[in-house]
Formats: sequence, C-alpha cells, structure tokens
Amino acid sequence: MSEAEFLQFQAVSKQFGPVHAVDQLSLDVKRGEFFSLLGPSGCGKTTLLRLAAGFERPDHGRVILDGRDLTALPPNRRPVNTIFQSYALFPHLTVRENIAFGPRTAKWPRTRIASELEKMLVLTQMVEHADKKPDQLSGGQKQRVAIARALINKPQVLLLDEPLAALDLKLRQRMLIDLDAIHDEVGITFLYVTHDQGEAMSLSDRIAVMNSGRIEQIGTPSEIYEAPRSSFVAAFIGDTNFLKGTVAEFPEPDYSIVQIDGFPPVRCFNDKRMHLGDLVYLSIRPEKFRISRERPDSDPAHNLVHGVVDEVIYLGTHTRYWVRVDGCRIAVFQQHSRFILDQTPITWEDDVWLRWHRDDGFMMERFNARDEAWR
Amino acid sequence: MSRRSYREWLVSFPSVTWLFAFFLVPSAFVLAIAFKPSTPFGGIGTGWTVATLRSLGNPAYVVVLWRTVWISLATTAICILLAVPAGYFIARSAPRLRRVLLLMVIVPFWTSFLIRIFAWKVLLHPDGWIHGLFVASGLLRADTPLLYSSGAILLVMVYTSLPFAILPVYAAAEKFDFRLTEAARDLGASATRAFLRVFLPGIRRGLVTALLVVFIPALGSYVVPDLVGGTGGEMIGNKIAQRTFVDRNLPQAAALSAGLMLAVLVPLLVVLSLQRRRVQGALNGGEQQ
Repeated sequence: MSEAEFLQFQAVSKQFGPVHAVDQLSLDVKRGEFFSLLGPSGCGKTTLLRLAAGFERPDHGRVILDGRDLTALPPNRRPVNTIFQSYALFPHLTVRENIAFGPRTAKWPRTRIASELEKMLVLTQMVEHADKKPDQLSGGQKQRVAIARALINKPQVLLLDEPLAALDLKLRQRMLIDLDAIHDEVGITFLYVTHDQGEAMSLSDRIAVMNSGRIEQIGTPSEIYEAPRSSFVAAFIGDTNFLKGTVAEFPEPDYSIVQIDGFPPVRCFNDKRMHLGDLVYLSIRPEKFRISRERPDSDPAHNLVHGVVDEVIYLGTHTRYWVRVDGCRIAVFQQHSRFILDQTPITWEDDVWLRWHRDDGFMMERFNARDEAWR
Repeated sequence: MSRRSYREWLVSFPSVTWLFAFFLVPSAFVLAIAFKPSTPFGGIGTGWTVATLRSLGNPAYVVVLWRTVWISLATTAICILLAVPAGYFIARSAPRLRRVLLLMVIVPFWTSFLIRIFAWKVLLHPDGWIHGLFVASGLLRADTPLLYSSGAILLVMVYTSLPFAILPVYAAAEKFDFRLTEAARDLGASATRAFLRVFLPGIRRGLVTALLVVFIPALGSYVVPDLVGGTGGEMIGNKIAQRTFVDRNLPQAAALSAGLMLAVLVPLLVVLSLQRRRVQGALNGGEQQ
C-alpha cells in the first residue's frame, strides 16, 4: 500500500431522505497531509467528515484507514478524533478533565496520563487555565482545549469540522497560524472541513472542492485557483469572469481559439474536454488582465481586446475596474506599483486595452442553475 | 433603600406575605403544639412538655416511619430510573412524535387523581384483570392479594409521580447538547460510558428536580396508602390524619408533622446547598473575557 492511500473513501454514498449528501465519492488522503474539504453549506463536506469519524454509516462504499476497513466500526473504535465546530467541551469537567477524558476512557496508567496532559497543556498554552471550566474560557481557549483533547489520544487522523467558524476575524487569523504550527509539530493527517476558501488556501497541502455530494476538483491550493476545472470551482474560489463563446479552432494541440461576440478570436488553454463548435464559458480571473491606455504590442502568447472603462473602485492595494467590451462587463484588478501610479490614472469612459496570457483563460462547460447561485 | 431593591421588594411582597401568613406562621404553630400536652377532650393543654416528642420513639411509629421512608425512596428511585430513558427518548424523537409523547405524559392529569386511584383499586382487586393475569401466568397464587399491600402502594405511587419525574428530566434532556455524547464516543467512550459520564451529568439539574418533586410529596402521601395500602400499609401521613381526626390528639399529630417536616427539610437543605455552591462557583468564575 502506498503512502498516497492513507485515508480512503471508496465510492461512498450517504442519503438523508431524498438528499444525496455524499454521492459515489472516492478520495485518497496521504499520510501526514493537511487536506481540506471545501464547499458551500450542504455540499456534503461535513457528512463526509462524519463518515470518517463514524457518526454516520455510508449507504454504500467503504472508508479505509491505513489499509484497515473502518466502515463498520463505531466512533469509539476508530483511531481518529474530531474537533467539533461548537468545540463540544464537557461543561461539567475542567480543562484538565476534558483533555484527560480520552486517556481515562482508554485506561492509560495514571503517570502517563499526567505527563501527556502536561505536554498538551504546554502545546496549546493552556497551563494556567487547566483548572477552569469551559464556560470560564474564551472562544480561542475553548478551541485550544478541543485540539488538546483530541490530540492527546494520538489519532491517526484529526478531523476538523469548521473549527474556526465561531471565532472572530483576529482570533481566526491567529488560530490559522497555530493550527499550521500544530500540524507541523504533531505530523498527523488533518482532514479539515471549511466553507472558507481563505482558510483552505492558507492551510492545506491539497483541497477537494465539493458540490452537491461530489468532488468537483482535487488539487493544491494554487492548482485549484490557477487552473479551475469547472465553472463551479472557478466561481466558488476567488473571483472570475465568465465569457460566453464557441470553440472555433484548434491551431495547436494545447491551445484553442474561442469565438466570443465583440472580441477578436481569443486563444486559451485547451483542456481537451471540448470539441469544435461547443458552447463554452471562458473563465479569466480579474487579476490576470493588464489594463493600459496605449495598445500593447501583440504577440501570439497574449490576447488583446479593446474596451471602455465603466467603473473604477480604488481599494488601496489595488484598483478594481469594470471594462465594457461589446455588452460584456469584465472585472479587472490592477495591483498598484510605481509603474501604474506614475501614469495618469485610468478613469471612467477611458478607452483601454486589456491584455492577458492565453494560459490564464480556461474553457468551462456551460454552468447550471445551481452553480449560477454562486456567481 | 435603592430604587431597584425597593421595586424588587414591592414585587415580591405578595408572595412573601402569603408564605409568611399561610406557611411559616402555621408551621410555627404546629411546631409549638408538638410541645404542648393533650387534653382528654381533644384539646390542647396548658404548659410545655417534651413527652409527646419523646413518644415518637414508640416502636409502632418507627415501623410506620421506616415504611414511609423506604416506600418514598423506592418510588423516587423507580420513577427516576423510568424517567431517564423516557426523557431521553422523548428529547431525541422527531418534533411531531415528541408532541404526541409529551401529551401522553400529561393526559392522565385530565382525570381526577382520586378516580385514577380508584381505577387502580379495580385493576388490582382479586377480580380485576391484572390480578387475573398474574395468577394465570403463575406469578401469584390466587389467594395472595395484590391490593392492600406495600407493593400496591409503591405501584400506584410510581404511577402518580412518574409524570413529575419525566417532565423535568425531559426538559433537561431537551436542552442537552447531544454533540457532547458524540464527542465522548469520538474520544473512545462506549455508548454506556458516554451516557453515564456525559449525558447524566449534563441533565443533573433535571434529575435533582425530579428527585425533589417525587421524594418530598411521597413522604407526605396520604391518599394512596389510605386507598390501596390497607391496614398494613400505613404511612406517616395516615398516622397524622388518624391522630388529628380520629384520636383528636393534636399535639401527637403535630409532633409527627414536625418529625416529617424535619425529614423533608434536612435532605432538601443539603441538596440545595450543594447546588448553590456549584452555581456560585460558576458565577464567581464566570465570563472573564
């Protein structure tokens, strides 16, 4: 068995009434990996986590950990632990007793419990709060107790269910760093559920973007962002422009030309799923454009289109433009640098040129109504 | 007096007055009468005596007191043992089913208390079908009565008290966060351990309430032992009634009442002080952030 198949979901399905929460889903998580399940609420990511924890049994399929079939095991027999969104700390027990719950249940020797407990209190910086009850703790402290309570059991996989959702922004940013440090320190596999692309991007080794009980795309954060495989992924992660066109030509194996109304022929990356004449949506992220008043030199690697500035919003680090091209409105981000600021600023109703690399445009299948909601 | 405490005083004035005039003062009278001698004509004599209180050591009283305590304890224990799974089940059931189940708990109250006890008399009577069922199944000899025994008292007391135990347990279970038992399972606890170590402590308040509202009225019960207990099933309440209405020995009745009151108050104060310490602990340490 290779390290690439540490935690495996094999064609798992879970249905709640008429809803397919998880639908024929297969996924392999590597040992030691920080793996995120990212998607909107109701996409099945939490169900998948609960299937791994054992709170739900799949209708079909198997959950395998390190070659061992967990599917039929109850939660208490699985070498995994969960950080709950609400922390689920036991209110009648102190911090110390909460953390020692797992070891006491497993009947560890007293001395071992005491020493591991101290280690956990130090790791999570909870030493001075060890004898408090959960209702005397702040959100961030509760969070750290929940982490210690799970990690002390030395799980093979730590399951995290939106662990930062209940924290305010500042604390969330700090916990992001803490979580990352803890993952590096303990070196166990993290399966992290979130709807927040920022969290997933900054923490994960790999991300699975989920939608309607299925995986839309698996990849590293930059793969997911830079090369989205579906309109859902492109729209859910970051901002993007969708330009409707038809596949006109395949001049080279890796590139195709898309005909979009009001545009010159547009070159883009050919992902081989499309055929000549297909209706496609070309996804281009706003920061991929270069906006200028003068017509840039044309070259085969870049596309060029002429438009009129519709809207300008100055945002400090960058400016956001809306550029009208034959009825389309294209969002453009331009980072600020001396290079831009030294020029006369581009403003409303200016004639401008947009230039972008052909590798920054991706053809998407027509997106359905469900995806439309995420636009 | 600050404006706020003045207002609070005003609001609590009616209830405090009520309790003082109709509860504390009469209780003091009862306690005082326990120290008075009785007269042969059923009145209260002059002077003070502890002879009446001393007579509580009479073996006949001890037997009744013991029966009162064990039947009350057994009633409470059985009620709580039944109420915990019932409350858990109702709290975990779907909202529609939950309403039906709660209604079923409350429905018996629509029938008069006395009528329900008389109904039990019919059921337990040697000609009743429950008695018949026991005899038919070989659990009971035909000449052994079900009615007029301590067992009958226990059965009917459990029956009448059970809703009072289920409702507070349900109320606590309904507020209980069942993710906590999930967390316990996740940390390696069996279903039983999660239930004992996380669910039961979580509904502690409901259990204490159930305990108090079953145990205290059970100690003072009068109607149930009177109707289904027969001659061998007397409890303190029956003795007090007998001394008051039959023997016209008011000091004796007062002494018994005082004894019962102490039997109720002492455990109650112990439980309450334990609870207060816990509440205060939570308040003192409360939200620091």
